[in-house]
Amino acid sequence: MRQEGLLRHAAVRLLGLIPTLLVLITIAFFLIRMAPGGPFDGEKVLPPEIRANLDANYHLDEPLLQQYFRYLGQIITGDFGPSFQYKDWTVNELIAQGFPVSATVGGLAMLLAFVLGTLIGTVAALRQNTAVDYSVMGVAMLGISIPNFVVAPLLILGLAVYAGWLPAGGWDWSWQRMILPVITLALPAIAYIARLTRGSMIEVLHSNYIRTARAKGLPESLVIRRHAFKPAILPVISYMGPATAALITGSVVVERIYSIPGLGSYFVQGALNRDYTLVMGVVVFYGVVIVVLNFIVDLLYAWLNPRIRYSEAP
Amino acid sequence: MTPSIPKLLLICGALSSLTACGDRESDFGRPLERRSQPVELVLLEDGRPDPEVLAVDQFIRRGNGEEPETLDPHLAEGVSAAHILRDLFEGLTTESSEGEINPGAALRWNISRDARTYTFYLRRDLTWSNGEPLNAEDFVFSLRRVLSPETASSTSRTLLPILNAREVLAGELPVEDLGIALLDEFTLQITLTGPTPYFLGLLASPVAFPVNRGNLEELGDQFSRSGQLVSNGAYILQEWVPRVRIDLRKNPEYREAGQILIDRVSYIPTEDRATEIKQFRAGELDWTYEVPNNQFKWLQRYYPEELVVSPWMGSYFFGFNLTQEPFIDNPSLRMALSLAVDREIITDKVTQFGEQPSFSLVPPGIDGYVPFAPEYADWTQEEREHESRRLYEQAGYSDEWPLRVEIRYNTGDNHKKIALAVASMWKQILGVNATLVNEEFRVFLQNRKQKLITQVFRVGWISDYNDPYSFLELFLTGNGQNDYGYSNSTFDALLEEVGLERVRARRERLMFEAERVLMSDHVIIPIYTYVTKRLVNPHLRGWQSNVMDTHPTRYMFKLKARENPSGEGASQ
Repeated sequence: MRQEGLLRHAAVRLLGLIPTLLVLITIAFFLIRMAPGGPFDGEKVLPPEIRANLDANYHLDEPLLQQYFRYLGQIITGDFGPSFQYKDWTVNELIAQGFPVSATVGGLAMLLAFVLGTLIGTVAALRQNTAVDYSVMGVAMLGISIPNFVVAPLLILGLAVYAGWLPAGGWDWSWQRMILPVITLALPAIAYIARLTRGSMIEVLHSNYIRTARAKGLPESLVIRRHAFKPAILPVISYMGPATAALITGSVVVERIYSIPGLGSYFVQGALNRDYTLVMGVVVFYGVVIVVLNFIVDLLYAWLNPRIRYSEAP
Repeated sequence: MTPSIPKLLLICGALSSLTACGDRESDFGRPLERRSQPVELVLLEDGRPDPEVLAVDQFIRRGNGEEPETLDPHLAEGVSAAHILRDLFEGLTTESSEGEINPGAALRWNISRDARTYTFYLRRDLTWSNGEPLNAEDFVFSLRRVLSPETASSTSRTLLPILNAREVLAGELPVEDLGIALLDEFTLQITLTGPTPYFLGLLASPVAFPVNRGNLEELGDQFSRSGQLVSNGAYILQEWVPRVRIDLRKNPEYREAGQILIDRVSYIPTEDRATEIKQFRAGELDWTYEVPNNQFKWLQRYYPEELVVSPWMGSYFFGFNLTQEPFIDNPSLRMALSLAVDREIITDKVTQFGEQPSFSLVPPGIDGYVPFAPEYADWTQEEREHESRRLYEQAGYSDEWPLRVEIRYNTGDNHKKIALAVASMWKQILGVNATLVNEEFRVFLQNRKQKLITQVFRVGWISDYNDPYSFLELFLTGNGQNDYGYSNSTFDALLEEVGLERVRARRERLMFEAERVLMSDHVIIPIYTYVTKRLVNPHLRGWQSNVMDTHPTRYMFKLKARENPSGEGASQ
């Protein structure tokens, strides 16, 4: 029964993706077109003849609605079109090159954040209101409040320029080049997850079934692992859906500072350059990733929380 | 539950002092990294460096700013792409290490008496990197490609001096009607609409580089990718990993391949200037694209050998909108505002990155032209301010009736600082109430162009070619770039004469006169002229500073390090 309900739920959610994306595409398409200026406006104004050729080449001379339907037709076939800015590449190629990099760095950062965050949070919850709790949570507070753009240059200066242990920037898929960006991205997430875990762990530890578990004589470590941990990380899981989506699609700040060729800077560069196809491409891609991740979070929830059932009541 | 308040404060206090010293580390600390010193350069009799002093691995890494948008020379617009394309291709003419125009693919040329027809005689032994012979037909094909409407090249505007170029771009004439004729296998004739003294310089720029027809026809718009691009320059494209690096290696088919010392060059995109400096300091770059403005003084102090600053052909100024009040027909008010700006303070105290204070439109050093300098350029700032106050009152303003004006600029730290400085100088000296308006770049451009709500706005102009005309033509009546609404028939007539004049000295005098007219109308407030600034590894030699900022790798070489560095660990 539970299996079946879960499947139906999954199917409904997957179908729901289509109208969501359609709305997303429509809003994004008209929003970016509403922004003043276009991809070919710059400090140097183009002669009208040349401007006309460029507009014709990219179909910008057509009425907006026609362009919109042309774009929809393209997207259905999975083609995001050529980039206005990076003329040698299609948007599909740019995403295909950038996403694995962002996903690797972001995924590793999320993994690190989950492991360390839940560990720190649990320790703090178990030693509630002691020196351990305060110092661990104090450090977590630091992690949340120091922005990326401060941490990253400090790390580079210390570990790359002075110590010379790690490269200062650039990318070649080696672990040495991943360490600093992964740490930088993970720090605030570790802190956030630690705080979430601590709060909910304290709550769970005070609940009746934990008292029952302890009363029947289970050792404390088993109580934590078997009974307390799963419900305690529920808020962490719901945080991780959108957070993972944000991390694996790349952070503008971290990518710029470490010169990482990920997806993140395309959001900003694309919008500033009025690179319509690139902006649309990454927005749609991000939309798909976030919807899929939320979907996975839903399934994880069902698995972790016995109170959630997707079947009808008997 | 949470740390008590005093504890939090303590942490934050410690944190803020930490970030303050971390972020601004470069303002205080002296660099701690080790730097190796190169050996003395020894030249042989033929002027080439002694192989004894050269590093074994002739490989350099150049920081290159933003990722180039394309390596198709006819479509590329940015400076980043141009640096790479100058290594990959060679036009009919080419630049020396000093930026002077030299014979490239063309061995020599004749210019007709009316200065409108150029006949180029190509070298006879030229080949493409794939071994195919290269001849005049390749240049005809390439120039036609740039100017045909289907190519939709925005840089094709550079080639508008060619006869019928405008009509061909507009689709009114076929490409065969362009003023480009093939005389024989190695001779090519280009006819222009009028004398264009900087035309030979245009031919050395990427838009006039030849592309290989077979390569293009086989691969279409993907021909400029790694492993596929056929080129004719000193280097060939080995690998292009987008936003990671672009690797070039020496082209054995290049006409002077034997003279080239650098075997491999890697162009590394460096979007973040602060990171670029750190990469340079960590020894990961030999050449930076730029240096961050806020670290200029620090670099000047601790990296005097590495920091290279040289004039560039760009001007930074404020423009007036002459179509709206209060600036319509009000030159004395405009002059008052111009005189009240202390350029020295702006370059010395506000921007602090080596720019040169300016009183003219055209920057110094452009093709030998000496810019017009108004009388007040030689005054002291007190004298200027005194005159400024007199003119301000003459225009009908006073402390009781102050001028209210908006200064408009696009988002950017530097623009903001300068606008703020100018506004406070106006306030202090004249009592002007200036408001700062900050806009996103393209919004700003649109407003500037529409001339409806702008009053005073910032402009930065970096020339496409080494000629003062590129600055002056912006102010022609009806020019697409004339965001000032300036229209002066004397000025227009002078520039028309410039377009027809063949004698260099006379042409320069006409341009000087035009600049004088423009500056006397006070259409703009010149602030400073640009410089290029970068860090260069002292081991890297063979390049020269030049106003065009072109630095082909083929002139460079790398010295080996001193075996027993005396100054090891020392940063000075």
